[in-house]
Amino acid sequence: MKLMLHVAPGIVRQPLIASVILETKALVNIERASIDAVSGEIVLEVPLDKSKEVMAAFERCGVKVVLLEIPVIRDENECVHCGACVSICPTGTFRFEDWRVVADSGKCIQCGACIVACPQRALNLVTR
Amino acid sequence: MQEKSLSEINERIRDGSARVVTAEEMPNIVDELGPAGAVREVDVVTTGTFGAMCSSGVFLNLGHSDPPIKISRALLNRVEAYGGIAAVDLFLGATQPSEDRGNEYGGAHVMEDLISGKQIEVNVFGVGTDCYPQMELETSLRLEDFNQAMMVNPRNAYQRYNAAINSSDRSMHTYMGTLLPRFGNIHYSGAGVLSPLSNDPNFDYIGVGTRIFLAGAQGYVMGSGTQHNPQNHFGTLMVTGDLKKMSNRFLRAATFHKYGPSLYLGIGIPIPILNEKLARSTAVRDRDITVPVMDYGVARRDRPSLKIVSYEDLKSGMVEINGKEVTTSSLSSFHMAREVAQTLKEQVEKGEFLLSMAVEPLSRMGSSRPMKQTKESPNVGDVMSRDVVSVGEDIDIREAASLIVSGLVDHLPVVSRDGRLAGIITAWDISKAVASGKSSRIGDIMTRRVYCVKSDEPIELAARTFDTHSISAMPVVDRDNKVIGMITSNHLSRLFARRR
Repeated sequence: MKLMLHVAPGIVRQPLIASVILETKALVNIERASIDAVSGEIVLEVPLDKSKEVMAAFERCGVKVVLLEIPVIRDENECVHCGACVSICPTGTFRFEDWRVVADSGKCIQCGACIVACPQRALNLVTR
Repeated sequence: MQEKSLSEINERIRDGSARVVTAEEMPNIVDELGPAGAVREVDVVTTGTFGAMCSSGVFLNLGHSDPPIKISRALLNRVEAYGGIAAVDLFLGATQPSEDRGNEYGGAHVMEDLISGKQIEVNVFGVGTDCYPQMELETSLRLEDFNQAMMVNPRNAYQRYNAAINSSDRSMHTYMGTLLPRFGNIHYSGAGVLSPLSNDPNFDYIGVGTRIFLAGAQGYVMGSGTQHNPQNHFGTLMVTGDLKKMSNRFLRAATFHKYGPSLYLGIGIPIPILNEKLARSTAVRDRDITVPVMDYGVARRDRPSLKIVSYEDLKSGMVEINGKEVTTSSLSSFHMAREVAQTLKEQVEKGEFLLSMAVEPLSRMGSSRPMKQTKESPNVGDVMSRDVVSVGEDIDIREAASLIVSGLVDHLPVVSRDGRLAGIITAWDISKAVASGKSSRIGDIMTRRVYCVKSDEPIELAARTFDTHSISAMPVVDRDNKVIGMITSNHLSRLFARRR
């Protein structure tokens, strides 16, 4: 499952991920990380059986952790099933099934490429 | 030769006995029964397409105000409509962006709002004449408040459309969607097997006056569309229909990122199977319709074609380009194209949609020539400086700094041993390196991802690159990526000053 970490500027220089890995021995995969002057956002893929432990460990370090259950939502009334989101997604979240676009939200890493690519503005990232 | 007349078919539509199939079902029927058998068995084949049709718009008549106004400028929800037609007629174009919300809202969105029953804010400005004294007014209108709202679209329903790919090393945001760098994806548009004009490429039925399904309303073909080019299988249609009868299921406003607003429209044409020729043409399959894959990475009119592919290839989701598998996806909706063809099929079956004989055939020859440009614009090679000082990666910043000072330049291209462009160094890079004191070797501090141009490219391209990337100079390279000059924003401003 995917976790979104919100890292405050004060602790961004600490080796947060490394210490959580050492503590929990969870095989985490960093899928996306963007850090600027005001905040840091990191998306991690975490094995299901370790997820509670990993979340707790990050929270102890002062990181705000959000479970990305449905990272991207689609307005079914707006979607026309064109496919503009299909080939631009780096993780293959969208595909055609009998010419309807179906989403496998579990693959989404919230990069946001599809949000601007959707001509109907039917896609939105879920941030909390 | 099996034949039947249009009035025979319309008679069957009226009494509910017409046999109607969609263009997706027809190829197998013709395979099974042969063209003659298909003429006996099938009366009407319905087609459909649903995609971005930028060249669309609507004539609106507002009625006369009191005191009357002769509108010269009109804003509908802050989207400008053309007012240079009599006093209170306007033409609202689909791709016109709004003044307040930019590309996120435009002419197409006003149309969708109107047919969704929403009220729009209207601001109009007059010229002030003896007969039209009013100078300015504001009002709020719904679709029913307009006397007429007639959609007139200069170019719709392309027979087929070039697929798009991007060879450059940067993502491009185009009317063909987001094209990923280094051949990262292919976007295509068009309904293939369901495309109206691909099912009647010789215009044996479709002509001036043909009744069509236009976004849920019954509309008509006015004639061939702009850039109609049937000799190269790029036929287009000019169509018209009553906006008041359209449905927001089949008319959808869209925005292409960093391109602007556009309009997704559903268009369908029922084709009567009058003879074996029409049976054969409506048996077209995705694999029979081919298009070139054009490189949008080349920002010129004549983009190179990398490969010819069929709609079957494009719809498979993967096309091989230069030995690499490239993911394809569409911008038009085949799902909605099917819905158009299916809705039209049901309307014909129920006797609600009669077919019409064309008044005139569509032209078999068209014109899609390039623009005649009478005022020649200079190329990069005409204004660049040729006495360019370039350096190798191994020199140190002191040497580079003295070259910058003695050459009165701000930029030094860095080249490899064989003269190919490897990077660029600016006075700022040198200051930064001195301030941090980390390295004094040019190769360590230069920018490796360099924007550059070729000497035969128009200066407009160089100006756009300067503007979008906030830079002020670029190396000019030849085919082998060897530096042959520099172009700077000074060259462009000098040129602009001289023109005045």
